[in-house]
Amino acid sequence: MTTSPNSYADKAAEVAARATPERLVVRVRALSDRAIAWLFIAPTIVLLLAINIFPLFWAIYLSFTNFRANRPNAEVKHVGLDNYTRVLNDPDIWVSMQTTAHFVFWTILLQTLIGFALAYLIDRKFRGHAFWTTLILIPMMLSPAVVGNFWRFLYEPQIGLFAYAVSFLTGIPTSEIQMLGSVNLAPWAIIIVDTWMWTPYVMLICLAGLRSIPDYIYEAAEVDRASNWRQFWSITVPMALPFIMLAVLFRGIENFKMFDMVNLLTGGGPGSTTEVASITLKRDAFEAWATGRSSAFAIVLFVAVFGLANIYVKALNRVKQR
Amino acid sequence: MTDQSLTPHSLTPAKPRRPFFLRRGPMEAVAVTVIALGFLMLFQPFLLVLYTYSLVTLLAGTFMFMIVSKFPE
Repeated sequence: MTTSPNSYADKAAEVAARATPERLVVRVRALSDRAIAWLFIAPTIVLLLAINIFPLFWAIYLSFTNFRANRPNAEVKHVGLDNYTRVLNDPDIWVSMQTTAHFVFWTILLQTLIGFALAYLIDRKFRGHAFWTTLILIPMMLSPAVVGNFWRFLYEPQIGLFAYAVSFLTGIPTSEIQMLGSVNLAPWAIIIVDTWMWTPYVMLICLAGLRSIPDYIYEAAEVDRASNWRQFWSITVPMALPFIMLAVLFRGIENFKMFDMVNLLTGGGPGSTTEVASITLKRDAFEAWATGRSSAFAIVLFVAVFGLANIYVKALNRVKQR
Repeated sequence: MTDQSLTPHSLTPAKPRRPFFLRRGPMEAVAVTVIALGFLMLFQPFLLVLYTYSLVTLLAGTFMFMIVSKFPE
């Protein structure tokens, strides 16, 4: 007579059950599946409430007060919508919003075009494509602080490699190539660095999209004698579109909050030509110490990004349903 | 004798159509348009007054979207 593995397991369970104290057995049995599920997710929910939800509601509360973080013991007065009125009537903040829009538009456009082109090339699976993929991904893995510092050296007019390369190609003297000091060039200097750093991220998402397209669709298109151009526009682009849109959404949200790179490269200067919304916000909050007003400004930015994300998710769902 | 609610192609009675402002599809489109308008108002470089009213427009669109997206299809 043989004993199956299942019967061994049953016996082991029985022995373990006997060894468990009676009170504990009753207590565990009393918990429903739903209660156990809640028990598991409760720590995550508490953490989420503490680090995400609470600061948001606290910022909303502060935006209706005259609270100043450098005077914690001063009396806090409710000022109603005054902070919002000031933020939404301030021409300097209005200009910083336009600077942000300029920065977000060009970085997303360049990153999407170059990222998709790189993904399309890498997807060809040529000899050594894995090596090139790793090499392209390196900038994305670096810390923004490191990137900001070494691009400052690259942009140096006298000793910088960037100025030297431009001078070599165009014949303009290196002393005239002031990427970070020129009013016209400084915004583009930041756009170049952000594009250099985050294009690999877009490439990675687009590559996932391209790899998800089944080969038989291209084979069927070839049987129908569709040209490469036709295959690209009728198969590749529509099927990779949800992934491209996701990449644009992620980069869009991140770029609206861009702070570290701008702070390291130009600090908002020269003048206020590169003063994006987050730099203005930091100055308002930690230089002018107008915590209430800066909270109102932060909420305005939050509402803008939240509204945009709503539109975007709807568009994404529509593309997926096609 | 024929039932007025029967369509020529089906034998099941057609459901009465909801009013426009209770239909999810068109109301979502309206909400998205309001959000897009608010977004453009916030970042446009032409008129300060448009920037001033951008937050109200964005909030109205966002709340509208949150409500109408719960309507049945």
